[in-house]
Amino acid sequence: MLALTLILIPLIGSLVLLLLKGSSVSSSKNTALVVSLATFAVAIYAFTTFSTQTTIGVKYSWMKDLNINFHISIDGISLLLVFLTAFLVPLIITSTFKHTYKNHASFYALILLAETALMGVFMARDIFLFYFFYEAALIPVYFIAAIWGGKDAPRITFKMFVYTIFGSLFMLVALVYLYMKGASADIDQLATTAKLLSSNAQNLLFWAFFIAFAIKMPVLPFHTWQPDAYSESPTPATMLLSGLLSKMGVYGLIRIMLPLAPVGVANWGQFGMILSIIGLIYGSIIAIQQNNIKRLIAYSSFAHMGLMAAGVLSGNINGIQGALLQMVAHGVNAVGLFFIVKIIYDRTGTRDLTALGGITQKTPALSIYFMIIMLGSVALPLTNGFVGEFLLLKGIYDKNAWLGGFAGLTIILGAVYMLRLMQRSMFGESNDITAKFKDVSGSEVAVLLPIVAIVLIMGLFPNVFLKITEPAVNNILQMMK
Amino acid sequence: MLLIKLIPLFPLIGFLINGLGFRKVSKGLAGWIGTGAALLSFVGAFSAYQAFIAGGQLPIIVNIFNWITVGTLNINFSFQIDQLSILMLFVVTGVGTLIHVYSMGYMHDDEGFGKFFAFLNLFLFSMLLLVMGSNYIIMFIGWEGVGLCSYLLIGFWNKNFEYGNAARKAFIMNRVGDLGFLIGIFLIINQFGTVEYLQVFDKAKGLTVGDATIVAITAFLFIGAMGKSAQIPLYTWLPDAMAGPTPVSALIHAATMVTSGLYMIVRSNILYTLAPGTLEVVAWVGVATALFAATIGIFQNDIKKVLAYSTVSQLGYMFMAMGVSAYTSGFFHVVTHAFFKALLFLGAGSVIHAMSGEQDIRRMGGLGGKIKITAITFLIGTIAISGIPPFAGFFSKDEILAHVYEHNKFMWVLAVAGSMMTAFYMFRLYFLTFTGSFRGTHEQEHHLHESPISMTLPLMVLAGFSIVGGFIGMPEIFHFPHALSEFMNPLYEGSKAVNPEFGGTPIDHSSEWMLMGISVVAAVVSIVYAYSKFGGSKNVPAEDSEITGLQKTIYNKYYIDEAYWGIFVNPVKRLSNVFANIIEPKGFDGAVNGIGGFVNTFSGVARKLQAGGTGFYLFAMVIGIAVILGINLGYQVLESILAFVGKK
Repeated sequence: MLALTLILIPLIGSLVLLLLKGSSVSSSKNTALVVSLATFAVAIYAFTTFSTQTTIGVKYSWMKDLNINFHISIDGISLLLVFLTAFLVPLIITSTFKHTYKNHASFYALILLAETALMGVFMARDIFLFYFFYEAALIPVYFIAAIWGGKDAPRITFKMFVYTIFGSLFMLVALVYLYMKGASADIDQLATTAKLLSSNAQNLLFWAFFIAFAIKMPVLPFHTWQPDAYSESPTPATMLLSGLLSKMGVYGLIRIMLPLAPVGVANWGQFGMILSIIGLIYGSIIAIQQNNIKRLIAYSSFAHMGLMAAGVLSGNINGIQGALLQMVAHGVNAVGLFFIVKIIYDRTGTRDLTALGGITQKTPALSIYFMIIMLGSVALPLTNGFVGEFLLLKGIYDKNAWLGGFAGLTIILGAVYMLRLMQRSMFGESNDITAKFKDVSGSEVAVLLPIVAIVLIMGLFPNVFLKITEPAVNNILQMMK
Repeated sequence: MLLIKLIPLFPLIGFLINGLGFRKVSKGLAGWIGTGAALLSFVGAFSAYQAFIAGGQLPIIVNIFNWITVGTLNINFSFQIDQLSILMLFVVTGVGTLIHVYSMGYMHDDEGFGKFFAFLNLFLFSMLLLVMGSNYIIMFIGWEGVGLCSYLLIGFWNKNFEYGNAARKAFIMNRVGDLGFLIGIFLIINQFGTVEYLQVFDKAKGLTVGDATIVAITAFLFIGAMGKSAQIPLYTWLPDAMAGPTPVSALIHAATMVTSGLYMIVRSNILYTLAPGTLEVVAWVGVATALFAATIGIFQNDIKKVLAYSTVSQLGYMFMAMGVSAYTSGFFHVVTHAFFKALLFLGAGSVIHAMSGEQDIRRMGGLGGKIKITAITFLIGTIAISGIPPFAGFFSKDEILAHVYEHNKFMWVLAVAGSMMTAFYMFRLYFLTFTGSFRGTHEQEHHLHESPISMTLPLMVLAGFSIVGGFIGMPEIFHFPHALSEFMNPLYEGSKAVNPEFGGTPIDHSSEWMLMGISVVAAVVSIVYAYSKFGGSKNVPAEDSEITGLQKTIYNKYYIDEAYWGIFVNPVKRLSNVFANIIEPKGFDGAVNGIGGFVNTFSGVARKLQAGGTGFYLFAMVIGIAVILGINLGYQVLESILAFVGKK
């Protein structure tokens, strides 16, 4: 029942918002916030009462004759991402409080719909249910981006939409194929079926899954929709995309690809790792010279996703645990960074690094928040980025020492572009544009403070998270054998 | 045990108070909180020492909590108190406290006073983690933590863009080293299954000298050391780091942080003893750095730059000692150098303070009569670093030279040449600054004044240690016990176990007298030569525009910065532009142009939606239904296929 509540609360919330369409802006905002906080409260409850002994989940017959079920369940991996989603959505909603969006009720309803679908993705245990939620999550975000975005947004977001739907088709084919072979839509049962498949079939499955999830994350060379989509979308959509939707890709690699294409991963995983790591270095190098902050962070996100993909593909406990931790860390940090870009843009009207500078003199508080989130992003020990990156690199290194070394360049390149970003925006002399920069407001602190808290808490006590996911990861590794 | 946990906690609390309350805590209070935290840690170091002695000089492990557990790997957040960590604790908290006191005077008029003490405390915290951790990961936390503080403090005056660049350079170059360190840690985990020092070293006892994995481990860890301790080729950040306030240069970039690499090697001595190949590399990198930096030091005219290159050079000597397995001698120099180099930097700070911010020694001269305490203490530091008995630097440097002589005579010749240069450039600095007549502006002359007691007191204390600090390690021929060596001996149990020759036979007394005589005479000759050229500021170095030839090359640091810029920085920037402007749009996006065309056709449709309203909802509904129907349709198709398959 608990699992179902996590889907139902945001779903009902969004329906209520749509029904109350005529009400005031503030009531839309507050309704959305209250609903998302209620979801977060349930997630916290699930997090604190979680034990590996009992299963949280429900299974309803959906299409009985076909043996397809509405089956959702929470293991450690699901819980971690449910927690991430429930934590970030209230922050994303709060981050919009300074704005009045046209058709505000629809706007907030769409955010909650996205949350609904994300919860579904992270809990589904039936491949068709997974697919349904996976596609459903994109639709509200697409509309937010297209309708409330800049003048280029419809074109760019449509490209994103078509590109990722196109990728998902591969996954759909693979899922249908597996379903036919196994006469079941249950992931655990299909894992047994998958082992009996020929090596060729496994290779095809690998590519079908990899392309679908690689587009979503994105991983090189399937990333071209991402920098434009991230920089042209309105900030809430960018936050949803980078903080949460991209995580569906990594999650899919872990939940679907590893157990359902283990032989394919053994055959082609290393190739996928090479692509991911080339993407990591390539994206980082592009970020070094970017002057548009939003684009810079978009490329940084792309680089981070490459590291996570490579870690998962290494197929060992370090790589997967690292990827899981990093999903949370990156999700939180990306939302934090995009929010800071928004704060800067709201006050100065620019995202151009060459036009900024000296902001710290006007608001030391903002530069402290920025600094801490940046340190998380460059994986300084005792921040949330470190443990994930350490384990990811260890996992990749154990698979292939050379790849580990190349992937390790991230700790250098990450510092190069993030410190440049910090220096050009916050430090130096203030100028005409930044001279009247206002200090952070209450609602801004309400977003930044929880993010900074998570950066430090995860850095200090990573075991809280690692212990929750470890049994589930072992379970997946077992299924791969 | 509680006291041991408190040692790093004090500065952390100090950091939090000054850091979070940067607008509320008053200036006077902020200084006292920061200094008090450092002092409490220093007191804590004594209690740790007592506990250690009371426990029979066995390593004390204080486990705080389980930090990372993955699979079979378990990493504890825990501390280890033993000979090495205690010595480092004394140096770090002792010199650290003095520099906090000094900073209360030096930074008095700075608007970022509270922030400065917050950062200093954060640095102490990180440095204490580095030296107290009981495993390589905790060392790495400290290792990166001090790197962060170094970055924050070099760029302390962040309005200045150049200072910001220096700070970034330091952080990034350190990160290059850190990648090496990290790979070293991976290798350790895979070889030993743990990162805990005691377990790693215990297991290492079963290995043979020259083991390939250990050679790799030590080599990668050494890359980390090159970054943190500014050795060739990762040294160029340290001279630029002088952009930070002078107390920072004294504490971080001379006395403590930059010696982390040496701490790491002494800590891992058994691993290095197992890898003679790596040791040879360490020794030659040390020699090369010592000489190279010394030649640059001879021609620098910025008082802090001279000291910076001198630091790089002295660190080279310490690595040289490590390379010839003279771990104690190298560490001895870490300790004495902490005293006299901190003294020299703080002295330089006092000079800069007196000169209203001037750092160019060509604009100084004759300060000896105006700022007497600074001049005398600076002279003491200069004598100590030059290796004149019985000052501190003499004993430690002499010990290193004796071990180098045993190892390789040619290396010894180079080392002595380097120490002659040291004595020369240091006395050149002293003579140009403190003797002769004043060469600055009238205004500067008018403002010349001795620094307040908060600044001169640390100078006097450090001067005292620079005089007597060497007595903890008297050479055998003086018939005094080598207290430091006796104390540190248990640290090398593992090294002795794997290599019976470790420690070697001491050289005979007559050679030792001879070596000592040569190095003292060499130093004196250098000083006399420096006096003949610069005594009473006879010759003042030429203005920048008049420098030519080889001297110009050296004055410009052999153009190494420019070379790095040309080899690494510019190509990466160009690559970045090529990637962003050509490969991205024309390469990858071009490949999806087929889809692009498709997108363009449909973007017209999408644009219509922007208006919102009913159209949008209809469209949303259609998509939603389509998805659901699509799945249902899929099922139906499947069903018929399955039925068909079933019949077969």
